[in-house]
Amino acid sequence: MTRPSLAQPAAPPGLSERLLLGNEAIGRALVEAGVSLAASYPGTPASEILAAVVAAAHETGAEVHAEWSINEKVAFETALANSMCGRRSAVAMKQVGLNVAADPFFRAAYLGVTGGFLVVAADDPGPHSSQTEQDSRLLALAAQVPVLDPMDPREAREMVHLGLQLSERYELPVMLRPTTRVCHARQNVPLGEVRPLERPARFVRDPGRWAATPVFVRELHWRLHDKLTALAGEAQWAPEFLPGEGGRPEKCIVASGAAAAHALDMLAELGAAGQVDFYRVRMPFPLPRPWVEQVLGTYREILVLEEPGPVMELQLGAGRVRGRQSGQVPGFGELTPEVLGRVLAGFLGMAAPEVPAPAAGGVRPTLCPGCGHRGVFYALRETFPQGIFPSDIGCYTLGINLGAVDTCHCMGAGISQAAGFYHAYAAGGDFPPIVATIGDSTFYHAGIPALINAVFHRARFILVILDNQTTAMTGHQPTPALGVTAQGRPATPVALPELVRACGVKFLREVEAYNLPEVKDILLEADRFCRSSEGGVAVLIARHPCLLTPEGRRQPRHRVRVTEGCVGCRHCLEAFECRGLRWEEAEGRAAIDPVTCVGCGVCVHVCPAGAIEAEAGG
Amino acid sequence: MRQQIIVSGVGGQGAVTLTRWLGEAAMLLGLPVITSETHGMAQRGGTVISMVKVGGFRGPLIPWGAADVGLFLHGDNLAVHGGYVRPGGVRVVNTQAPGAHLGLDALGAALGLGLKPVAANLVLLGYAAGRGVLFCGAEVLAEVIRQQTPARFREDSLLAFGAGEAAAREAGG
Repeated sequence: MTRPSLAQPAAPPGLSERLLLGNEAIGRALVEAGVSLAASYPGTPASEILAAVVAAAHETGAEVHAEWSINEKVAFETALANSMCGRRSAVAMKQVGLNVAADPFFRAAYLGVTGGFLVVAADDPGPHSSQTEQDSRLLALAAQVPVLDPMDPREAREMVHLGLQLSERYELPVMLRPTTRVCHARQNVPLGEVRPLERPARFVRDPGRWAATPVFVRELHWRLHDKLTALAGEAQWAPEFLPGEGGRPEKCIVASGAAAAHALDMLAELGAAGQVDFYRVRMPFPLPRPWVEQVLGTYREILVLEEPGPVMELQLGAGRVRGRQSGQVPGFGELTPEVLGRVLAGFLGMAAPEVPAPAAGGVRPTLCPGCGHRGVFYALRETFPQGIFPSDIGCYTLGINLGAVDTCHCMGAGISQAAGFYHAYAAGGDFPPIVATIGDSTFYHAGIPALINAVFHRARFILVILDNQTTAMTGHQPTPALGVTAQGRPATPVALPELVRACGVKFLREVEAYNLPEVKDILLEADRFCRSSEGGVAVLIARHPCLLTPEGRRQPRHRVRVTEGCVGCRHCLEAFECRGLRWEEAEGRAAIDPVTCVGCGVCVHVCPAGAIEAEAGG
Repeated sequence: MRQQIIVSGVGGQGAVTLTRWLGEAAMLLGLPVITSETHGMAQRGGTVISMVKVGGFRGPLIPWGAADVGLFLHGDNLAVHGGYVRPGGVRVVNTQAPGAHLGLDALGAALGLGLKPVAANLVLLGYAAGRGVLFCGAEVLAEVIRQQTPARFREDSLLAFGAGEAAAREAGG
């Protein structure tokens, strides 16, 4: 039986290695493997994959349709249809993006695919930049989709190739599940040649499959079950075996992903390298049955190391397994070298290395100096001290520092929550000012259905769309308003104001986000509208381009200074939180930090004593 | 050659860039390398840490107390990440404050040359290379910067790096 070698495909002669981020290695490999459609929605830690597809296609001349879709569900379905035409396809997202795409994901397992279809779902054990720490492999298990768990960028690249082959062999979607420490690791990675696949679109009509009604679904479910059973019987996906010296024949370690890489490093650090049998699992679901039986029949104690959930542990069962469920491994969280050092030492009966408490301190993230969101949040807090402020996911979640973000749940939830808060309070009569904030990209992603629903059900609240004309948090991907695709090609722009009106909104104002007096006036006017007899949802689009974009950098600057009039009340430092302002201890007053101030001049409107001045031309 | 390096800073100071140049330097020398970076919300002005492991390592993270070298782009970060550097390891710090480290006012040097504040990262890198504490010499890193930096930033980047190197020579390094 041939076993797919993870050392292959190596760089052919003439092609060298390159220092690549894990996400860049994945994107590059998708193009090498002949993927003709890749779709994604940005989210840490998956954001760089699609840009790498675009770059590799550009560099190699490969014909690829790469798109930033409006959300992960749309991305999934678009790529799936390309696969149904017999063409290789991929979709990339972060783990919570897979929740959004869960509906098509589950059904795709039943109906299967034609051209190889890779679902890249990037997990964030820790979590470092996510609202949950969920394990996408558990969704793969629930959906009955095979999942590959790369240890590092090199292996992520190889698994793209192997995953697409596996997908075509079984006509199943295959999940590639990297974690933050693979996505955002850089490594010397071999480059492969691009092998374009000449596969013109060919959709074979088969309504019993592609439009399967429940009576067909029963049959398809059996077929899925059979595919999985056959796949799990393949010895070729057996884990990589690193035999120990034989001193501990009753014990072995089973590990996958970055946890396996760090476990190997920590065994070396503990002076225990090669002392115990070590199985490095590459496909944690379905675990190959012959291998499971062999391991359970051979060892009395099996230490399972995986992130973040117990996927292999669930399949290996209780009894001999030491893992997250049995308590030998922390029940959740990232398996850092420090955690692994303790776990491995305990398992091997060695003295645990001393690990001090994790370092505390550091500075929290904050909105950039000159960010247009800051002034809007300040105005919200000042205008409605008793307000309720549901918000959403993006840079603007940092409005929490300014006391103007009360909730952050999942993409688009702020608008639905605002409606829910209104209905909850209105049931008792009066309602407080409710002001939801959402970024432009998030509004396109999941805000539109929520807004239609709120308008239809006559909720009364203010929605502020913070329009910085980009998807800032994840690295400035274009939004549908801009009229340019991920590949820099012209697109049909879909503008926010038209969308908002089409959702049935009767009160819409657009304002420059730096103009605090006007923002405050409109907020009051919007509140009056909400409470009027014909009132409903009032929408304010507050615009200022993100300062990290070329358009933002072109904005006019001011020379800003704090005058002798400063009374030292610290209002600007505490309520406005801009790193362009600092406290001068010796003088007992605020001052501009010339290194960080970008000269937006918005703080002029913030000083109660009128002691901040700005003149044009900074 | 095996070396583990942490790069500690605040989002926006260019820690990721330094990490990348160190990785590219390892590539130029033909050494296997794996690095880890901070992306996402922390990049908006929060405390960040990157790691570089040169030589035969598998995973990208460095355990607490195991780094050979720490590059600190912000003096305050010593309190947070200082312990990543092993006993006997070297801390290179962007600071005027004295202490058990190799200190340089990299920000002051960058601004003194009329460069943007972010150039302090390359001043500090040049200083560390000049003091001879890195796995590679300054000429390797200078070559990386020449090769990898877009033309419009190249001259300023080399100026900043060179200023750090010069400061190291003055310090007797």
